[in-house]
Amino acid sequence: MTPDTSDINGPVLSVRDLKVHFPIRKGVFQRQVGTVRAVDGVSFDIGRSETVGLVGESGCGKSTTGLALAGLVEATEGKVMFDGARVGSKTGRDLAMYRQRMQIVFQDPFSSLNPRQRVRDILRAPLDIHGIGAPAERPQMVLDMMARVGLRPDQSASFPHQFSGGQRQRIGIARALMLKPDVIVCDEPVSALDVSVQAQILNLLNDLQAELGVSFLFISHDLGVVEHISHKVAVMYLGKIVEMADRQAIFANPTHPYTELLLSSTPSLDPRKRRNFSVSHDDVPSATSIPAGCAFRTRCPLATEICVREAPPLSLRDGTRLVACHNR
Amino acid sequence: MTDATPKPAAATRRTRRFRLPRMFRNASLLIGATITASILLLAIFAPLVATHDLMQMDMPNRFSGPSSEHILGTDNFGRDLWSRLVHGARISLSIAVIAVLASAVIGTIVGLISGYFGGWIDLLLMRITDVFLGFPPLVLVLAVVAVMGPGLVNVAVSLIIVSWTEYARVVRSTTLSLREQNYVQAARALGASWPRILFREILPNSLGPIIVLASLGLGTAIIWESALSFLGFGLPPPAPTWGWSLSYGTRFIRDEPWMSIISGAAIMITVLGFNLLGDGLRDILDPRQQTRGKG
Repeated sequence: MTPDTSDINGPVLSVRDLKVHFPIRKGVFQRQVGTVRAVDGVSFDIGRSETVGLVGESGCGKSTTGLALAGLVEATEGKVMFDGARVGSKTGRDLAMYRQRMQIVFQDPFSSLNPRQRVRDILRAPLDIHGIGAPAERPQMVLDMMARVGLRPDQSASFPHQFSGGQRQRIGIARALMLKPDVIVCDEPVSALDVSVQAQILNLLNDLQAELGVSFLFISHDLGVVEHISHKVAVMYLGKIVEMADRQAIFANPTHPYTELLLSSTPSLDPRKRRNFSVSHDDVPSATSIPAGCAFRTRCPLATEICVREAPPLSLRDGTRLVACHNR
Repeated sequence: MTDATPKPAAATRRTRRFRLPRMFRNASLLIGATITASILLLAIFAPLVATHDLMQMDMPNRFSGPSSEHILGTDNFGRDLWSRLVHGARISLSIAVIAVLASAVIGTIVGLISGYFGGWIDLLLMRITDVFLGFPPLVLVLAVVAVMGPGLVNVAVSLIIVSWTEYARVVRSTTLSLREQNYVQAARALGASWPRILFREILPNSLGPIIVLASLGLGTAIIWESALSFLGFGLPPPAPTWGWSLSYGTRFIRDEPWMSIISGAAIMITVLGFNLLGDGLRDILDPRQQTRGKG
């Protein structure tokens, strides 16, 4: 890991006002006719060995946030800081450093591994690219990492298609860990897996966190999974975080009406736990035309006049939770 | 592994990368590979399998027809056709191989760069290929050979000029889809350089179509070479080119059809061999079939 001179309690990663806008172009001259505001001012911190869950409906920008942090989508605006130091221009050496500290695990374990490469080559690539370890030591480093994620050494010469989905996801996690990053963006890492395998992968992530002190930004639409693995949870709606708090606080006592909607739509076996929350289940407004004022007002049962006029700021409640709502 | 899903017994523990025996269950591949291999061997060992000196004339025995002395008969100067054919195979095949290899390399690099970077680079490279595609190929080939003069390398160069565009277009389109694959994104997230991404991640996965195009292209190149020789733009006589034998034989075709028929058949069988090989390769390298077979 990087030499750590910073405050051990400070966040390892800070994201400030991250925006990712995509232009919509049309016609012969590719005139810009609109903007998709996929991520529209997102800020959060991740502490060392901490897992932050990022939840929200499809299209709310949670995956785009992850891709932007992994450097796969260009951010329109915003700052990303490691240990409080701003990451400079995303070019050359800075970018290489950034890549080492931030890695990504993808949702689909079938398309995230090159079908023509053996596992040992897939896992060795990060070491070769960043020149980590002596070339002669790299095969052993690969085998060590395979053992750590629960793969047998004799599988190192196999091709991805010879593995099951869960095993492939282990390979994907191992690849992300090869550079010993500070933060790994997990973009729905278990939603393509069987439920029994999901639990194994989640436990693997927990174990790895305990051993290596790595932090996760865990993107998911599955609240059960997020509840299981996260320390903190951020709820996103149309490109903005509407509520962020510790896991217990979010799940026991959702404050933002959207959080409440999300939780009430999770099926529960216990009838007493079933929530009854009247909210419009209408379609989400398009990210090309986000409503003025509060983005959620078109579906919110609590919406009042002020919600049309003003976007609610994310403000601190009870000293622990951040909520963006005028009426709660 | 605990999370291994149970697989059918037949599918487990298959560690062989190449399924050689099974791949030859494809009939066209088997026939194509056999023909191609035989012609390749004949060309390589031409001096050994040739029965006569290919320049030795024997005017009394011209147009002799197949006999025990000349298994495929003799041409208009009484030269042994079999010996000329196997030597001619060397010319045809070397021109075809040079032309196809070079076109594939050039076209693949252009296609990879064009497809991966997109934007103005793509626009520029694709407009350049359009310029090459804009000329009728025959005119382009004749113009190049007319300017550079006949000769093995010059004929090959003229064929490269007309055929690299095909590789560029095909590779560009596979690159366009492959660059969105998560494993390419993962390589980017790891900080891999673009040459590394192009040659380690994308190229190995677009080899299928390139191999198919190349094997079909070998057949086309042989036709082109024969056509050029037929028109008098190929290697000048007395080089034993198939196209020259075919075209010169047409002067006597009413009375003595052997010369043209034999040369034409050689061209036809060779091209057929390459085309069958290409078709067969297309079948077994088809990614959809691959996923079905491997699961």
